[in-house]
Amino acid sequence: MGMDFSTLRTLISRYCAGEENCVDTRTVYIGHKEPPPGAEAFIQQRFPDNRIVSSKYTFWNFIPKNMFEQFRRVANFYFLIIFLVQLIIDTPTSPVTSGLPLFFVIIVTAIKQGYEDWLRHKADKAVNQCLVQVVQHGKVSRKHSRKLTVGDVVYVKEDESFPCDLILLSSSRDDGTCYVTTASLDGESSHKTYHAIQDTKAYKTEEEVNYIHATIDCEQPQPDLYKFRGNINIYMGNEPVSRSLASQNLLLRGATLKNTEYIYGVAIYTGMETKMALNYQSKSQKRSAVEKSMNAFLVVYLCILISKAVINTALKYVWQADPNRDEPWYNGKTESERQRHVLIRAFTDFLAFMVLFNYIIPVSMYVTVEMQKFLGSYFIMWDDEMFDEELGERAVVNTSDLNEELGQVEYVFTDKTGTLTENNMEFIECCVDGNVYVPHIICNGQVMPGAAGIDMIDTSPGPEAREREELFFRALCLCHTVQVKEEETVDGIKHGIHQGKSSSFYISSSPDEVALVEGMKRLGFTYLRLKDGQMEILNREDEIERFELLEVLTFDSVRRRMSVIVRSSTGELYLFCKGADSSIFPRVVSGKMEQIKARVERNAVEGLRTLCVAYRRLSPEQYEQVCHLLTRAKLEFQDQDKLVAEAYDLIERDLILLGATAVEDRLQEKAADTIESLHKAGMKVWVLTGDKMETAAATCYASKLFRRSTQILELTTKRTEEQSLHDVLFELSRTVLRHYGSMPRDASSGLSSEYIDYGLIIDGATLSAVMRPSQEDSNSGNYKEIFLEICRNCSAVLCCRMAPLQKAQIVKMIKSSKEHPITLAIGDGANDVSMILEAHVGIGIMGKEGRQAVRNSDYAIPKFKHLKKMLLVHGHYYYIRISELVQYFFYKNVCFIFPQFLYQFFCGFSQQPLYDTAYLTLYNISFTSLPILLYSLMEQHINMDILKKEPTLYRDIAKNSLLTWPIFIYWTVLGVYDAIVMFFGAYFLFDNTTFTSNGQLMTTNTQMMFGNWTFGTLVFTVLVFTVTFKLALDTHYWTWINHFVIWGSLVFFVVFSLLWGGIIWPFLNYQRMYYVFMQMLSSGPAWLSIILLITASLLPDVVKKVFWRALWPTTTERIQAKRRRLASEPSTIFMLSQTSSRISF
Amino acid sequence: MMASSYNAKEEDGHHSGSSTHGGTGAPKNKKPDNTAFKQQRLPAWQPILTAGTVLPAFFIIGLMFIPIGIGLYVTSNNIKEYEVDYTGVEPNSPCYDCANSFTWNSTTPCVCTVNFTLTQPFESNVYMYYGLSNFYQNHRRYVKSRDDSQLNGVQSSLISPSKECEPYRTNPETKQPIAPCGAIANSLFNDTLELYYSQPDGNTSKVTLVKKGIAWYTDKHVKFRNPGNDKDNLTERFKGTAKPVNWMKPVYELDPSDPENNGFINEDFIVWMRTAALPTFRKLYRIIQKKPDSTPTLASGKYFLKITYNYPVRSFDGRKRMILSTISWMGGKNPFLGIAYITVGSICFFLGVVLLIIHHKYDTRSNSADIPN
Repeated sequence: MGMDFSTLRTLISRYCAGEENCVDTRTVYIGHKEPPPGAEAFIQQRFPDNRIVSSKYTFWNFIPKNMFEQFRRVANFYFLIIFLVQLIIDTPTSPVTSGLPLFFVIIVTAIKQGYEDWLRHKADKAVNQCLVQVVQHGKVSRKHSRKLTVGDVVYVKEDESFPCDLILLSSSRDDGTCYVTTASLDGESSHKTYHAIQDTKAYKTEEEVNYIHATIDCEQPQPDLYKFRGNINIYMGNEPVSRSLASQNLLLRGATLKNTEYIYGVAIYTGMETKMALNYQSKSQKRSAVEKSMNAFLVVYLCILISKAVINTALKYVWQADPNRDEPWYNGKTESERQRHVLIRAFTDFLAFMVLFNYIIPVSMYVTVEMQKFLGSYFIMWDDEMFDEELGERAVVNTSDLNEELGQVEYVFTDKTGTLTENNMEFIECCVDGNVYVPHIICNGQVMPGAAGIDMIDTSPGPEAREREELFFRALCLCHTVQVKEEETVDGIKHGIHQGKSSSFYISSSPDEVALVEGMKRLGFTYLRLKDGQMEILNREDEIERFELLEVLTFDSVRRRMSVIVRSSTGELYLFCKGADSSIFPRVVSGKMEQIKARVERNAVEGLRTLCVAYRRLSPEQYEQVCHLLTRAKLEFQDQDKLVAEAYDLIERDLILLGATAVEDRLQEKAADTIESLHKAGMKVWVLTGDKMETAAATCYASKLFRRSTQILELTTKRTEEQSLHDVLFELSRTVLRHYGSMPRDASSGLSSEYIDYGLIIDGATLSAVMRPSQEDSNSGNYKEIFLEICRNCSAVLCCRMAPLQKAQIVKMIKSSKEHPITLAIGDGANDVSMILEAHVGIGIMGKEGRQAVRNSDYAIPKFKHLKKMLLVHGHYYYIRISELVQYFFYKNVCFIFPQFLYQFFCGFSQQPLYDTAYLTLYNISFTSLPILLYSLMEQHINMDILKKEPTLYRDIAKNSLLTWPIFIYWTVLGVYDAIVMFFGAYFLFDNTTFTSNGQLMTTNTQMMFGNWTFGTLVFTVLVFTVTFKLALDTHYWTWINHFVIWGSLVFFVVFSLLWGGIIWPFLNYQRMYYVFMQMLSSGPAWLSIILLITASLLPDVVKKVFWRALWPTTTERIQAKRRRLASEPSTIFMLSQTSSRISF
Repeated sequence: MMASSYNAKEEDGHHSGSSTHGGTGAPKNKKPDNTAFKQQRLPAWQPILTAGTVLPAFFIIGLMFIPIGIGLYVTSNNIKEYEVDYTGVEPNSPCYDCANSFTWNSTTPCVCTVNFTLTQPFESNVYMYYGLSNFYQNHRRYVKSRDDSQLNGVQSSLISPSKECEPYRTNPETKQPIAPCGAIANSLFNDTLELYYSQPDGNTSKVTLVKKGIAWYTDKHVKFRNPGNDKDNLTERFKGTAKPVNWMKPVYELDPSDPENNGFINEDFIVWMRTAALPTFRKLYRIIQKKPDSTPTLASGKYFLKITYNYPVRSFDGRKRMILSTISWMGGKNPFLGIAYITVGSICFFLGVVLLIIHHKYDTRSNSADIPN
């Protein structure tokens, strides 16, 4: 409610407060001090207070709002309508039968949501009540957090978290910086530096802070955590000063102050407008293929339901044409019934039939499916094998809706760095002007040119070269965003600086940088710290060199480089730039490019990550120009990003190449094994990386994505430069198709030795050319198709030089190709988020590049190797389980309702229900619900270990194979067959010849007649036993829990029936079930017919299963038969194909 | 910060397993418990349905069902049953006149007599049924047209019966509540059947028909109760109520001779109130007790059935029958169950043989494949 109000208020303030510019910006008066009258007239806006409302409901609106939300779901709405129809018209079953299950569901959901909301309320209250310190009239006073308003100056001490989004005014540190960890926001535990406004950083006490007189213009709140722009107007001098503000000035609510004694900041976004609150929104919901099939089946059943009702209504009126049938003397209608118009009567009859048969779409199916998914997902979290000791993390399930989708994956898109590889960087070598330096052969600070330096040309560096070399080292020591942490207990990346007084660590969000800075240390140049805007370096002569840090042109994945501008102690200005070779080389004007390029390529082939370093000396005038460019860009609100990028582009040019570095990123443990298993399981693995082709290809070979036998097809800029894209594509597709054309189509499913697999390498530029929407050339539209055709025939594809958005584009392209394959994207970094969100299943790796991927994923695992168990075991199980669950649910409701349909033909289409109300109500809720739920949680058709050992088993369930239409029809036909057996079995026992109890068991009675309720009870008893036994026959994994629920629910049914018929229930207005069940059981023929009918119902299914298994066994079934032998010895599919079921009795 | 650990999910039932594992908590030990349940490694019996495992079951079922079926069939065939249709549809049938001249408000009962011959003597207790065809006792409007609490003797329901009884709830003229109300009670079968034996010597003797013990014990003693105080006169206890429209006499005169069989607890009435499952049904009417000596209960010979024809069925093409039947341990005559048992048993046996062949072939095939290895 508070949330509603605040959003409403925001809306009002946005649209009513001012017509023009206030939509985009807001003005904040620091300390609520009005700007001097001469200043621009700002329109004072109203801002929400700092109350956080994460709860959805209040005490008053809980019931209406929760009900509304629950009935917004189609299924619930459908059942509500059925219920209302039952209330309004005269229907065969009492409203209780559909009302009770529905309200049970609704109430359970409401209680669950209410409880969750109560927890949220509690949490909100705790947060809103906590005290914060605010500067008022030069004094620090305490306030409840929720009373904080925009413009308040807040005082935050170390290790406290920020109560709202603040602009940093000043900190205890002299340079006006502070360190912050955003662990609870995005999971990145590294310390980030934030900067105070230059003009206010000197105001360090509450009295001083009180003097600050300024206003802040900034954009309206937006959820992007890393974007902020605004500017501050300071009115303290003679002239108002305007400074730009960026995200480095903005302290976000939820982040914690570290390593800094205290800060002062001004609140600019409060309450629900903080970036944290704006990030509450959940991602768009993904739906699994199983759910889609389920919905398709539901539509079929809805059609069956409607057609049943229509048929029966039509037949009813045909049958009733004779008035003596419509209203025989013994069965008169009431006056009002007679007077009702025939159309109304027909419509009412139709609705009544709908109500009678509505159980065919059971409310409990939704509940069971949801419970199964929710509870089932715990098995992923509980899995010991997916726990990583090193990280202390276990698998996380962010959504349980996609469990079964894990068993359907056809395409795996994986990131390389941090996913396939460890992202644990180690500095290997650097190359300066062709001289190669390897750190581990450095003795006593003496640099020795690397012995491995084959490409080395100039072995005796002259003075000029030496200067270059030192410049290179300094460049690497200066051009980074690494921080020095002087504590021992840091979670995150720990790297000790062994020399020096206290042990300290380098911390950075990028492991490459840490590796480089550490490598430099080993080469003699130690980065000490950043103090007062001065970077301190300990050089080889143990002298401290100081450089003033003027500008940082931060790294982004589009530019793929970063730069710093520093002023040396001698006053010289340098721009140091480091980045990917592709982004540096075009900007280089001089330097030994050839040698360095050769070295970079050589390193890339070895799978090392390379960076190039370049510099540019700036004259003071040039620097002025740079400053001007940057300030202008940063002052702009609109298109700031674009302008900044343009400015960077102008600044980072005319560079002089210094050298290159190589950092190794080791493959993750068992990455190769995992990829191999995925391949065997029939999945196509694509590696999407931003790395360069050679590095990526090396990793791919190492991880067995490409094998030596793999024929590599290249689709890169290099090739398209030689030939046109058109030709290359057609040539490749010809190569691939020729091969496949000569082979039988199904060869890919087996493992024939003839099988040649293809690997494709494509780079970002070519890809965008392929994907480019149709140009004037009509052929280009086909490129995508041809490309897809090639990809389809390649077992592995490597896409290198990919921008994050391109990753998502690829996933989307595959997703929407004509087979609509199920895709899975796995990655660890922010650059993978787009593809994780795009793919059917997104998996985050708890890597070192922060937690963004994890936050946006559907599932998160600690390591890449866990993907194997996730897909091959959990995915497989979930799929098997849910498909049985869905099919079984439809089956058991066909069995349930079809006899009622048949009964209509024998009761004059009068909608007389066959079963008693209690049976109608409880059939799905209690008699048959638990066995299938537990089945769908516990079933293991094959042992876990075998699933892991034999990835090919995954192919057995590919393409939603257990929920195809033939199988669905089989289950439905089976249900109809069972229903016919049950109904006509009972019919022939009752028909004509009397079905009587012999009375031998109950001595006082002699000979009784059974009525219609006994008939229904007999059918129902057979039904409950049949469907439960059917499930028992399908269960391959009988734990004590399965035994308990299967036999338990049968016992419950019997006990319930005895009780239900054993007492005259005072609250019921009918006693039709009184002693019916007991009487039935006291009759010998009833027992005999129950046994007979159950046997006859189950017979065809058993026979089908046994015959299929014996004559056309699937791989799964073969393995099941050989289960015990397999568990003890390793086996291959080749052996399995020859072995067979040989279990004798 | 706390609030962030409870992500407000937009969609109901969109469960978030991660909410409990939010990153805010102290670095607790996240290692999952290594229990058999959580690791999905509970000890389990893992059966699979193969030809081999199912074979014995098929043979056992076959071998058990066929004898049971034969037993049932023989027993059923030994049951003697004789059926007389006395509807009076054909002009030459004895009840034709009664059937045709039927009017609701005739005061003189129409009596007709049907002759029949039992070729075999009926031993042991013989049960006499009346059967109706094309009578939809299972029609929904009919089934629900009763008030169980009135029949249970609840005073308030006696005075104001349930709405379900409409249009047989109150007498249209006197507006008095009907007891027993509803369509079922109103259409109580009221033909009187009497059985006479034409002894070979020419005399006729009336066969004693026992009218008690035909209803469920629980119905008679618990479910159906007369209203009011047991000491009062039954007529008093039903005071203020009207008889059902189609009845000739009020409920308290159903069996004036026996107060234990009168009113709601009249057994003919209770039997009628148990609505039949199908439109063709029979209901127990009387029992002919076996004689203490060894003579058959119904000796073979000529009999005639004297019918007081009160119950009209011609209007809805119904049929009325009288059935005499003996019973066995498995109830009445029912060849279906025996035949079904024999059929299912044979199928199982046959399938067992087929499976045996398949299993055998399969077995040898896999054996030969294994040997080279």
